[in-house]
Amino acid sequence: MLGLERKDFVFLIVVLALTLAAPILLNPFPENSALAQFNAGYPDLMQRIAIFAIFAVGFNILFGLTGYLSFGHAAFLGAGSYAAMWMFKLLSMNILPAIVLSVLIGGLFSLLIGYVSLRRSGIYFSILTLAFAQMSFNLAYSVLTPLTNGETGLQLALTDPRVLDAANNSGSLPDTALFGLAMNSTTKVEMLGRVFQFNVGYYVCGLISVLMFYVALRIFRSPFGMMLRAVKSNQNRMNYTGLSPRPYTLAAFVISGMYAGLAGGLMASMDPLAGAERMQWTASGEVVLMTILGGAGTMLGPVLGAGFIKYFENIFSKINETVLHGWFSALPHAIQDPLVWLAARFTGEGWHLTLGVLFMLVVIFLPGGLVEGGQRIGGLFRRRKTDDPEHHPKRAPHVAE
Amino acid sequence: MGILEVKNVGKRFGGLQALSEVNLSVAENTVHAIIGPNGAGKSTLLNCLVGKLIPDTGSVLFDGKSVLGRKPHEINQMGISRVFQTPEIFGDLTVLENVMIPCFARRDGAFRMHAFERVKAEAGILEQAEKMLSDLRMLEKAHLHAGTLSRGDKRRLEMAMCLVQEPKLLLLDEPTAGMARADTNNTIDLLKEIKATRPITMAIIEHDMHVVFSLADRITVLAQGTPLVEDVPENIKGNPKVREAYLGETQDAE
Amino acid sequence: MDAIILQTLNGLDKGSAYALIALGLTLIFGTLGVVNFAHGALFMIGAFCAVTMQRILNLSYTVVDPSKKDFLGNPLKVQMPYVEHWFGHDAGAAIINWSVPLAILLAVPVMLLIGFAMERGLIKHFYKRPHADQILVTFGLAIVLQEIIKQIYGANPIPTPAPSQLAGSLDFGLLIGFPANTIVYPLWRLVYFLFSLGIIGAVFAFLQFTTFGMVVRAGMADRETVGLLGINIDRRFTLMFGIAAAVAGLAGAMYTPINSPNYHMGMDFLVISFVVVVVGGMGSLPGAVAAGFLLGILEAYASLNAVKDLVPGIDQIIIYLIAIAVLLTRPRGLMGRKGVMEE
Repeated sequence: MLGLERKDFVFLIVVLALTLAAPILLNPFPENSALAQFNAGYPDLMQRIAIFAIFAVGFNILFGLTGYLSFGHAAFLGAGSYAAMWMFKLLSMNILPAIVLSVLIGGLFSLLIGYVSLRRSGIYFSILTLAFAQMSFNLAYSVLTPLTNGETGLQLALTDPRVLDAANNSGSLPDTALFGLAMNSTTKVEMLGRVFQFNVGYYVCGLISVLMFYVALRIFRSPFGMMLRAVKSNQNRMNYTGLSPRPYTLAAFVISGMYAGLAGGLMASMDPLAGAERMQWTASGEVVLMTILGGAGTMLGPVLGAGFIKYFENIFSKINETVLHGWFSALPHAIQDPLVWLAARFTGEGWHLTLGVLFMLVVIFLPGGLVEGGQRIGGLFRRRKTDDPEHHPKRAPHVAE
Repeated sequence: MGILEVKNVGKRFGGLQALSEVNLSVAENTVHAIIGPNGAGKSTLLNCLVGKLIPDTGSVLFDGKSVLGRKPHEINQMGISRVFQTPEIFGDLTVLENVMIPCFARRDGAFRMHAFERVKAEAGILEQAEKMLSDLRMLEKAHLHAGTLSRGDKRRLEMAMCLVQEPKLLLLDEPTAGMARADTNNTIDLLKEIKATRPITMAIIEHDMHVVFSLADRITVLAQGTPLVEDVPENIKGNPKVREAYLGETQDAE
Repeated sequence: MDAIILQTLNGLDKGSAYALIALGLTLIFGTLGVVNFAHGALFMIGAFCAVTMQRILNLSYTVVDPSKKDFLGNPLKVQMPYVEHWFGHDAGAAIINWSVPLAILLAVPVMLLIGFAMERGLIKHFYKRPHADQILVTFGLAIVLQEIIKQIYGANPIPTPAPSQLAGSLDFGLLIGFPANTIVYPLWRLVYFLFSLGIIGAVFAFLQFTTFGMVVRAGMADRETVGLLGINIDRRFTLMFGIAAAVAGLAGAMYTPINSPNYHMGMDFLVISFVVVVVGGMGSLPGAVAAGFLLGILEAYASLNAVKDLVPGIDQIIIYLIAIAVLLTRPRGLMGRKGVMEE
């Protein structure tokens, strides 16, 4: 079915179902209850999770399969955002042309950078991509200001020509839409004391991310995907088997660049704004974090990683000392205060600290990420060992050598 | 006219003349061994054949075409497969996948964007790979990770990966170097079996002449970068020049 | 001409910082074979050692100064730094004034300690793991260190002035026969340059003339052989890591008057330092130093208006362009050995 095996097809259907039901599933706690703050069924958050999942799934095609660790993928995401913004400004508020252009720009830009960077491997490759990304960031901030609007970032303006839909200019900034369906329109449904928000933008992002997940699944199961794993495993043997590793790696690089461009385009489609900070190398670091935290080289890992990081980023940033005092109020002050103090270091503004610690722990103790963690826990419960290397690939070290 | 013709090949590294006036002809469907003491230039010669080095003078013709200046993967596509001193395999992939990859390389060339095909739907390739594995009695290990195999099995797998390409010439670079006696014998048996069961042309670079004696149809002895003598094994054994070359080495070593 | 001399001078202080960070990175890489993405964070922590020193020296208690009145006519409460109390007003004020150079006293032990702890507690376990894992774990550590500093010191840059005697400028042009006020160079930048030369000299002398240094150099050339000689290189390498951390820390502490420290300065310097190491050649100490100064000066030249008019934006990207060119044409860098970190 759809060129997938039964098992993968079921997997895909489950992912699709979860995506469609996410506005309900992520809102398990009644409104006004103490736990409502743990709900994640907000359009904005769900959009971000879906978009970063696309970014991470694409990154995983490069890093997870070939082992080439790029520290520059944010450049493609940023370029995708700028491309989409220009389509909104010049052509139309319809997100379709914007997304198409952002994918193309992501692909072209990554072809250029990949062609040069892939002449080296290992740490040199990482540093080359880092240098390119930092260069793009610096340029976006300075000389490319006519294209990027520098520090302020690229925004919509009433004076934009918008050739295709200039006619219905109403005097306020228009919304992004897909053939008239506005991205920010949300249907609220009240049920069982909960408010479920069904947002057009989320469903666009969600369905595209399922589609991109499907594409990645096909790549993973294809001979091409097998060649990419061979690149990671032994390039010397590849050469002496009559295969040229570089075009394979470059293809993977460009595919992941297109995924990044798409993610950037969707970001601009959800919130019409593009700034240079999206290209900074710490932003590239974020997708590395997601992929590894979830489990590099696995299908589900990057999605889990993206969801995990974006969800907890959202939750943690809401937890302040007052909230903490509320939680620990049952404890005597002598214990409560230090506990609150300690917890406050890791929440609110301290989210990045938590993330850094968590990431270190994963790299040190759980190199296969959350997926490996899940498998280990699963293994504890079910003694029966099924050896299926297709679905539980043995983890190999992250390296391209 | 042999399938591999090496003519007047010379290679210099700085002040060292590694190879000079090397002439060699490997006939089709024979096993040709190139032996020689350490430093005789065996590895340099091999590297000139597979595209790692380009000789300063002379020519290397394979199947009538020059291999000089071509990259290793291009030379493989011409029909030369290579077995390494320490087996080079895809350790993270399964044994079956290891053998499928050369099948793809043979069918699709050096690069093909088959991103939307399904590995499991490639019936022809699967069949080819499984047949190869069963020929070398490795089928029951098909789903193990290649990295977990024993050293002897890795060698066998590497051989399978080369043979499945049905190469016109199989190059073996000291296939028993560093092996224990039992493994060495197993490898020799494997090579004999391969030679007996299919038409194949092999060129074996070897240090230890006993390894190739029972295997080779012809032997070239290389010493100080140049061929000393080429003959059938029986004649090589008693050749005084060969003894001198090898004895000289033992004396130096002591 | 005067503009060129001025830009050369301007390049020197940034170049000094690049060179010092790159020196430590190369030491760690050459000896331990570890790619340390947290090295920028060490530079940043060094800078915050200067902030801490400044705060320690300014620790005060409140006294009532009966001789002065505030605007309500009450006796004025003033903050009395302990150092002024202990050493008298003038000596105390002088000590506070010199807090940045004095921070060296704090930075050396703190950085050595952090270096030892890092090596023993974390890096040690990554010797045998792939470089990508080393990059990832040290990247995580860098985030952690920078967030800790952010929690303690806040997100805003903290001004840490140079001693007032060194805060002025030197009319360098006058010394070499130019008219007055053509080449004016802040005195502290000169101090920083000389200081970094001193540190670089000390590190090289240490490696050249001590047995310890000899073993380390031998280890950089061929770790396994040195290990076979029965020398315990691990302990020496721990110390080496500490020294590299201290060098980065000192570079950071003394840099504070040039750029007020903030929590993300480490990341900013890290990327460039890696580029410097690559340009100089992985594993080459002289290469790291030479490339540090070279790139610092070239960056300064690129920000000349004449150059910027010619190639807009060149000042922003010149370092990266050079790195890309070097990596593609001469992967081992200016002075690196062949084959370091290549497959």
